Amino acid sequence: MNLGYYPGCALHGSSDDYQQSLKACFGALDVSLKELDDWICCGATAAHTLNHKLSIALPARNLALAAQQGCEELVAPCSMCSLQLKKAQKAISGDALLAAEMSRIVEAKPDGARVLNLIEALERVGLETIKTAVKAPLKDLKVACYYGCLLTRPPKVAEFDDCEQPESMERIVAALGATPVAWNYKTECCGAGMTMADEDTVLELSQKILADAAAHGAQSVVVACPMCHVNLDMKQSAIEARYGTKFGMTIYYLCDLVGLALGLAPKTLGINRHFAGRIA
Amino acid sequence: MSRIGVFVCWCGENIARTVDVDRVVEEVAKLPGVRCAVNYKYMCSDPGQTMIREKIASEKLDGVVVASCSPHMHLKTFRKAAQTAGLNPYLLEVANIREQCSWVHSDRDEATEKAIELIRMAVAKVKNNHALQPIKVPVTRRAMVVGGGVAGIQAALDIADAGYEVVMVEREPSIGGKMAGLSETFPTLDCSQCILTPRMVDVGQHPRIKLYTYSEVEAVDGFVGNFEVTIRQKARYVDITKCTGCGECSKACPLKKNKSEFDFGMGTRSAIYMPFPQAVPARPVIDKNVCAMLTRGKCGVCAKKCAAGAINYKDEDKLVKEKVGAVVLATGYKLYSIGKQDGKIAGYGEYGYGMYKDVIDSLQFERLLSASGPTNGEVKRPSDGKTPKNVVFISCVGSRDNAKGLTYCSKICCMYTAKHTMLYKHKVHDGQAHVFYMDIRSAGKNYDEFVRRAIEQDGAKYYRGRVSKITEQNGKLIVRGADTLAGTPVTVEADLVVLAAAMRPADGVTELAQKLNVGCDQFGFLMESHPKLRPVETNTAGVYICGAAQAPKDIPESVAQASAAASKVQITLSAAELTREPEIARINEKTCAACFRCFEACPYHAIEKAEVRNRKGELVKRTARVNAGLCMGCGTCVSICPSKNADIEGFTEQETYAMIESLI
Amino acid sequence: MSATMQSDSISLLESLAQTKFADCYQCGKCTAGCPRSAHMDKTPNQIVRMVQLGEVDAALKTDAIWQCVSCETCTARCPKSVDCAAVIDALRQVSYERGMTSKQQAAVVLFQKAFLDSVRRNGRVNEVEMIAQYKLEGFAAMRRLGFLFEGAMLAPRLQMHHKLHLIGEKVRNRDLVRRIFARCMDGKE
Repeated sequence: MNLGYYPGCALHGSSDDYQQSLKACFGALDVSLKELDDWICCGATAAHTLNHKLSIALPARNLALAAQQGCEELVAPCSMCSLQLKKAQKAISGDALLAAEMSRIVEAKPDGARVLNLIEALERVGLETIKTAVKAPLKDLKVACYYGCLLTRPPKVAEFDDCEQPESMERIVAALGATPVAWNYKTECCGAGMTMADEDTVLELSQKILADAAAHGAQSVVVACPMCHVNLDMKQSAIEARYGTKFGMTIYYLCDLVGLALGLAPKTLGINRHFAGRIA
Repeated sequence: MSRIGVFVCWCGENIARTVDVDRVVEEVAKLPGVRCAVNYKYMCSDPGQTMIREKIASEKLDGVVVASCSPHMHLKTFRKAAQTAGLNPYLLEVANIREQCSWVHSDRDEATEKAIELIRMAVAKVKNNHALQPIKVPVTRRAMVVGGGVAGIQAALDIADAGYEVVMVEREPSIGGKMAGLSETFPTLDCSQCILTPRMVDVGQHPRIKLYTYSEVEAVDGFVGNFEVTIRQKARYVDITKCTGCGECSKACPLKKNKSEFDFGMGTRSAIYMPFPQAVPARPVIDKNVCAMLTRGKCGVCAKKCAAGAINYKDEDKLVKEKVGAVVLATGYKLYSIGKQDGKIAGYGEYGYGMYKDVIDSLQFERLLSASGPTNGEVKRPSDGKTPKNVVFISCVGSRDNAKGLTYCSKICCMYTAKHTMLYKHKVHDGQAHVFYMDIRSAGKNYDEFVRRAIEQDGAKYYRGRVSKITEQNGKLIVRGADTLAGTPVTVEADLVVLAAAMRPADGVTELAQKLNVGCDQFGFLMESHPKLRPVETNTAGVYICGAAQAPKDIPESVAQASAAASKVQITLSAAELTREPEIARINEKTCAACFRCFEACPYHAIEKAEVRNRKGELVKRTARVNAGLCMGCGTCVSICPSKNADIEGFTEQETYAMIESLI
Repeated sequence: MSATMQSDSISLLESLAQTKFADCYQCGKCTAGCPRSAHMDKTPNQIVRMVQLGEVDAALKTDAIWQCVSCETCTARCPKSVDCAAVIDALRQVSYERGMTSKQQAAVVLFQKAFLDSVRRNGRVNEVEMIAQYKLEGFAAMRRLGFLFEGAMLAPRLQMHHKLHLIGEKVRNRDLVRRIFARCMDGKE
């Protein structure tokens, strides 16, 4: 299977452990990820916060590249990127004037590649395919599936799973032999891009997530977004220091768990590069 | 040669201010066939009508045109006057020179010319009019009421007390509807069953009410005055004539843990059960999906215990036909389905209904409050049976929500929520009620005072804002809402959450309505004929609606509408024959080619496929035939008939073309 | 602000957010579900209310619009399908364009600006370059020495896990990126 791949800035930057994990995992599933050539930043929070046109134009440029490079399905493992791409697509497809304006601004036509977040990409591979490929079921692993905000919201743009009680990640995790716990903070915000500019917010919100996961019996948390990972993993020691609680929770990327169940070593998946918890 | 009289009305100033009525009279008197033309200030008044009658006699008129206001106002009046003078009423036409002339134009010359033209057209039509006789339809002087809730009960009793037989069809094993399950009713806090059960017994014992319970309407044929309804009596597996209602069967039944429908899942019942002790009829029914004998051929304990030998495992559904002259639909409501998708309408995933045991809806809370309920009237948490000390009530769940497609206000929830807080407080003295609301709708008699009492005397805390999410933590429900008046989010740790779910039409109503040609609005509520002036009639003659089936409403309104529907029924049944206006379709059966396109097109199913036979009984031809009782004179058949054999009496093609040609 | 300017601003905001302020019936569900509302100077429904009342400037100057973390919970749950998150975005965009951003929220504004500037230069975010600009501009605005060093303790661990990329990536067609920015932000051609 061939899928287009849009890494986004985080996966080439301080979250490149996510890319390492993704490539190893998809490689083991016999899926080739062809990186979009000369992709640019999707604009993330900064663009939609400061300039409306830019927030559509930057993703539009990438959609145009995808069209030019014959890419029909584009995996965007960062949930911010996947949402911004989907948002731009929706806005453009519903508005001919906007489409024309964007074509002019990005000097190409932003046609419709199908944008897939990490979970959608794994579903594209197929739950049954993954289940069959499992070599080392993750029994004894109680994990809280954390969706964060942008995988399912806003529902009319993301068009993915149920935004109040999603179950897509749980299904994959269960197929790997692990036990997803029922908990309350599946879709609560971790503080997103405020990590540097408003650390207090991130610590407060992320602490609630870790606390609830622990209270419901989870030993670790699994995410599908690099921002969520940073806030729950990199900031975990700061959270522990601020709130005086020890969590010691490993924060897995979903492809980490899939890779482990497929028999890959933690080091191959880059799990040793996480900050908090223990390796697997 | 025609002898037509034209009567031009001033309508006070309404016409005369803009139209030169003297000039109009002068001009129309010159029209060929016009015998006399006069004008008068108020043609509809006594002297005006007298003028018409006298002219008919003195001038031997064979046709009349009244140039006045809209025929909607006084056509009937003028036609009656003509009839009194011995002229067939359908030889009188109205030329509307008010709404269609003086009220919409300001130029006097132009308006006067137009008035003359309108009268010219009317005169041309009247020349071609035929005398018509009203149609008489025999009436079966019995009524049917579908639905045995408080509205259906009221309607049935009113009609039966007026002397007519009533057939009542109720889907559940007992009548009583939702009101039978309520605890107390606002604003008096009367015990609901105490005020309802006497009425239920009246229905059960009334000599003129034939009660079919555990039954549904299968099919409806016919038309006003002549309906034939097929009723499906579902198999009870209990012979209610033999059964004494002793209850031994339910006691003995080993399958006791089925969710009780009457308790909305808050309690349990046996496989053979009476829905509630005060049921009418007080007879049990067997749940065929659960009963061991009916599903697997095992057990049979109830039959062994039954001293009256009333159990019949071989029972089957029965189809019964009843003839009635009028039908009342009083099918009531169900609550909005909070937790899950219901057709195209989504649930509220954020409230945890169906996930958390202690998040319940308003009817479920009523059962907890009710003295005859599953907890004997003690308010207990479904999860652990403890008494909740903090109860959160959330308004507008499934109503006033455009995102869900349910934009309407459910009308009663503000009132019953206030009631809930009061009853809760009366039972749990150290309990605290919290209400999250958007607005308070308490417009009835003593209603607003009732809500203020809940706040000022019974200490309910009201927060103005919706709730965003409910989660469960350590056995408590964390309710995250807001108060927009103070401008702050509000979080309450509740022991129990009650969601005020919106009233929605009962299941299956759309299908039932289709059987009767009654429309439903976009939310599925039955459609009234006119929202202001005809709230209990439908567009199908002889079919009436009342109660929550028409729109969300409380008990006093349901009862009032039920009596209103009953009075309409009594009008329909008041004579052995119904008179209908003869302005309906007529098919020339001699030349009809029997292609039956009209049969397919008629929206009222008023065309029949008939056979014409000679004296020997041999088939001469087939023809389409209009059912005079059903036809509404819409004209669809006229436009679709390829051989021009269909026409509308009183609006024939000849009459209509005459009007057009008179202008050319 | 004159009445005409107000209604122009409101039209602008509605066009940016693709949503109508009149639709909001102030139910407060946005405020109820917002993870930040307890800390905001004006809650989400209050911000919408201010615009409904014509107090656009006041809305543009709030801290609240910069405290929003764009979690989209408000938009997802609004019973009137008002895109509240887009309204906050629209207010931020206009506030930034008009130089009316809250002083207390300078850190947030400067962070987003540093992010975009890095993208404008390179086509992708150069994290080290971005943080450097953020720290310097933030210090200049807030005059707090501590600001320069906040979060610095993370650097050694980042380095240990090979997450600190001192040399950022640059896309090949940077000229196009610059033209896109010019067209969107500077109104050029």
